[in-house]
Amino acid sequence: MGEHSGGSGSGAGDDGRSPRIGRRLLVERLSSYWLRGAGYFAVGLFAAIVVALLYQSLPLLAEYPLSEVLLSSNWDPAQNQFGFFPAIVGTVYVTILSMAMGAPIAVLAAVYIAEYAEGRTRTLVSSFIDVLAAIPSVIFGLVALVVVVPFVGNYLAPAVGADATGLGILTVSLVMAIVVTPFMISLSVESLEALPDELRESSLGVGATEWETIRSVLLRAAGPGIFSAVLLGFGRVFGATIVPAMLIGGQTQLPDSVFSTGQTLPTLIVNDFGELMSLPLTQSALIFVGLLLVVVVWLFNFAAMLVRRRLQRRWQYQ
Amino acid sequence: MTDTVLETENLAVTYTGDRRVEAVKGVDLAFPENRLTAIIGPSGCGKSTYLKALDRLHDIQPNVEITGEVYLRGEPVYDTDEPAPEIRKQVGYVPQEPTALPLSIYENVAYGLRIHGLFDSKDDLDELVERHLRKVNLFEEVSDRLDAPAAGLSTGQIQRLCLARSLAVEPDVLLCDEVTSALDPISAENVEETLAELAEEYTIVMVTHSMDQAKRLADEVVFLYLGEVVETNDVRSFFEDPQHERTKRFVSGPTDDEYAVSDAT
Ligand SMILES: Nc1ncnc2c1ncn2[C@@H]1O[C@H](COP(=O)(O)OP(=O)(O)OP(=O)(O)O)[C@@H](O)[C@H]1O
Ligand SMILES: [Mg+2]
Repeated sequence: MGEHSGGSGSGAGDDGRSPRIGRRLLVERLSSYWLRGAGYFAVGLFAAIVVALLYQSLPLLAEYPLSEVLLSSNWDPAQNQFGFFPAIVGTVYVTILSMAMGAPIAVLAAVYIAEYAEGRTRTLVSSFIDVLAAIPSVIFGLVALVVVVPFVGNYLAPAVGADATGLGILTVSLVMAIVVTPFMISLSVESLEALPDELRESSLGVGATEWETIRSVLLRAAGPGIFSAVLLGFGRVFGATIVPAMLIGGQTQLPDSVFSTGQTLPTLIVNDFGELMSLPLTQSALIFVGLLLVVVVWLFNFAAMLVRRRLQRRWQYQ
Repeated sequence: MTDTVLETENLAVTYTGDRRVEAVKGVDLAFPENRLTAIIGPSGCGKSTYLKALDRLHDIQPNVEITGEVYLRGEPVYDTDEPAPEIRKQVGYVPQEPTALPLSIYENVAYGLRIHGLFDSKDDLDELVERHLRKVNLFEEVSDRLDAPAAGLSTGQIQRLCLARSLAVEPDVLLCDEVTSALDPISAENVEETLAELAEEYTIVMVTHSMDQAKRLADEVVFLYLGEVVETNDVRSFFEDPQHERTKRFVSGPTDDEYAVSDAT
């Protein structure tokens, strides 16, 4: 701050500058403060959220060691049992399954739209995908209740010999894959479209086919962007609340198959939020779950940023 | 008389997007073997469009209409059963913007060789990559970092790498679109020297903005204006004794303001 303060005192007249440039410089300085302020505000807000969550989690962590909270399977707040392990397992299941189903489809669909689809087909397909991406996920939950749940319960589970109502981890994963795939497609298409045409021409020019060009050149060059897209999808599945709350069924035992009901970290918060918040330790436990979610998402984004930077420096396309 | 490697017959290219642009309007040209032909003309006259049409590179874009025919060693390039990648392999193309594939320096040159399986062993591949890097005077500069990403090279080096990548699959003809215009003067000079050496053993069609470059490098010169060939001749007659009024004006220096602007960059 020190080296800048000299300027603000020098009025328009002192050093022969015209009043006009003086005014423009003032606006320049004010707007840069303003923008910087907005930037710091975002950082401050994040820090404030983490601190608040951490502070409110302390009562729980004072009573129970971290390892017990994370690894115990008993969740019964009324009996002062706070084990998050089933919810952690449920979250991991849902995230991995959704991403395993959604990410490959997203990449292939993006390649189709960006590289193969032409003219009206392309406009049509990509506008539908944008609409899908904009539908609130509660709608997906509703539709899934009447379509996916019976399908899984009556056909899919019996077909593999499992006994299930249709509510459960697999159903949630399927629906979350459907929810996040349009997002991942849109972003991946953007990064493929951002690639210079010269890249395609150079590869085709030596006699590569379109598929060879896509596989060895375009997917690699758009890699950082597609990687971010998949990560964004990951974050959304990991923190998804409404779809799991509607479709996962809920139970406190460890899930024994993908058809079994379960819970995720966000559903734990939603389900017990109202009634049990009156018990101080329960409130602290739920807030600790929130802290866990924030920290994992943050760590993941941070790691993703490092990987993306490395890729970008290496190939320098995006 | 030398043989004709590449020839176009009434080749026309029209962009049919939002606005209909007849970029190339019925061009008849023949490119003789082992000669360097320079295509010159003001900005926007259809040079790049014509060049890409010779390598079927418009195929990947919708909204491009092509009529007429291109003959490569007498065989049609468009009206043919031969798959486009096989044809493109025989016609090398280096774009205006220096473009490294997102691969290592070595793999950039090996790219086409691997696709077409043009080597017997790893040693053979090493040898081919080195030979083509030497051909573009790049081997000495990069021999200690062949496995480094090609994107880390200077733009001039990348442009020579592009030449090596194209030459590696042994094309019958090499198309170069203003390959020095995105480069600083020193790099441009290096690339131009390389082109001069390559011109001794390859058939090259080169687009350039620069009259001086055409004078230095070309055997034949084509003057393209608004998608049509105005004049074509061997380099001496073209510059010393232009036949058409428009060529005279274009050749006699930067009176054409479009030309003056673009050549300065
Ligand atoms: N993809 C496209 N869609 C529509 N019009 C195009 C497209 N590409 C080029 N054009 C138009 O076609 C004409 C010829 O363009 P082209 O790029 O072939 O010119 P050029 O001679 O290579 O110019 P420059 O010297 O600037 O590279 C121009 O009017 C241009 O605006
Ligand atoms: Mg051009």
